[in-house]
Amino acid sequence: MTLAEVFAAVMGDRNADRAVPPSGFTARLTLFTSAAMAFLAVFALALSLATGQLATRWGEELARTSTLRISAPPDQAAAQVAAALRVLETTPGVAQARALSLEERQALIAPYFGPDVPLDALPIPELIEIEETADGYDATGLRARLLAEVPGAVLDDHTRWRAPLVEAAGRLRMLGLLSLALIAAATAAMITLAAQAALAANAQVIRVMRLVGARDSYIAQAFVRRFTLRTLIGAGIGTALGMAAVALLPRAEVAGGFLTGLGFQGLGWLWPLAVPILAAMVAFVATRAAAARALREMR
Amino acid sequence: MIELEDVAYSYGGGELFSDLSLSLEPGSFHFLTGPSGAGKTTLLKLCYGELTATAGSVRLFGREVREMTRDETALARRRIGVVHQDCQFLDHLPLWENIALPLTVAGRADEAAANLPDLLAWVGLARQADQLPPELSGGERQRAALARAVITSPDVILADEPTGNVDWDMSQRLLTLLIELNRMGKAVLIATHDMALIRAAKPQVQARVLRLKDRKLLTAGADL
Repeated sequence: MTLAEVFAAVMGDRNADRAVPPSGFTARLTLFTSAAMAFLAVFALALSLATGQLATRWGEELARTSTLRISAPPDQAAAQVAAALRVLETTPGVAQARALSLEERQALIAPYFGPDVPLDALPIPELIEIEETADGYDATGLRARLLAEVPGAVLDDHTRWRAPLVEAAGRLRMLGLLSLALIAAATAAMITLAAQAALAANAQVIRVMRLVGARDSYIAQAFVRRFTLRTLIGAGIGTALGMAAVALLPRAEVAGGFLTGLGFQGLGWLWPLAVPILAAMVAFVATRAAAARALREMR
Repeated sequence: MIELEDVAYSYGGGELFSDLSLSLEPGSFHFLTGPSGAGKTTLLKLCYGELTATAGSVRLFGREVREMTRDETALARRRIGVVHQDCQFLDHLPLWENIALPLTVAGRADEAAANLPDLLAWVGLARQADQLPPELSGGERQRAALARAVITSPDVILADEPTGNVDWDMSQRLLTLLIELNRMGKAVLIATHDMALIRAAKPQVQARVLRLKDRKLLTAGADL
């Protein structure tokens, strides 16, 4: 089917449109279904985009950082930290290394112990935050050097816990995309049912039109145009409501870290605008197929 | 234009008729009679491709119906005007749009404006043009069905009990309309059990009377 034929089918023929009587039930069903599905699609899209960003950020940021933990008696701690920093300064692939202050280390564990535990009394290991260059460093070589010069040092390059986080974010993203596909399929199914109901209700109209020489494409056009436009309008309303709801979600700094980035950012707000167009395309294809099936059954 | 050769039609395990042959040529006029249930309406449906024969050959304008695509069937129907027994209107459209429907679906809606006033006057329905079909009397609906059947100036007119719901005067008027069309070269086939109508046609037109009986198509006595 050419683009011109699609355009002609959507723009329709006023006379063909008039030949099919308006049907309130299927019109309302199509409008409601497409609006509800578009609303859900906007959220699924927001989830998919947000988790995609999250997976990327976790992957990139955590891949470029690591932590060196030094457990040493208090009188040797400063010397070992200094030795470790010297090793790191001369390690290719280390962009920057910084020892965390006592206050920073206490702040890291404070959420786990609560306000009543005196953190000053706890033996807190020294921590050095390492930022890598784009090429990264040789973790095995660095561990060997640290073993020799800083015996109490343990290098954690985050590999162990970064991978499941990135994987979880990636799966969330896939779930978002799967949800979009399911929403599209459910929309197609509902519109097919509504179209079939309309076609069945208008069987006599179709029969009369066939008997006076109407081609199937002419008859189908009226139904296709009607359902496509209804879906476009319904999905447009649903998308607008969905975008408003996403915009009203608590902001990242209020909701906490997990929700950081949920929603659309910048040009990302253009993505939901594709939902009504895609919904209309789904309706076009679904109604055309339903009409073709129904018409084939009539001589 | 329409040729049936050794046609049989069965449904529900029973044979309605068999070995039926008929040819509708330009300018021919046929009456089709027979008892109720003999298959007159079925025969007409075979003639415009709504039904497919279970055996034999049905050709519309030289093409075998079984081999025609749906679009080809639609195009063939544009050359056949049918007056259905139950008229078959779109009840939500005014009468003039129903009558113009064959032109509309053929993409010739602009011709309707030129033809409709004369056609409506010809069938005496000028005043009812904007009424909906359910608001019309039986006779008015029959005349409207005839107007719709002829608006495209078809080559063949098939009429199924066109006078079934009208009084004698109106049936005479409808018959006169069909005879006028026949004089223009149209092939006309009228299915009816109204023998008085056939007798009334005798002085006006040279027609063949066919009778469906005992699953066969017979010539009923002498041609009129």
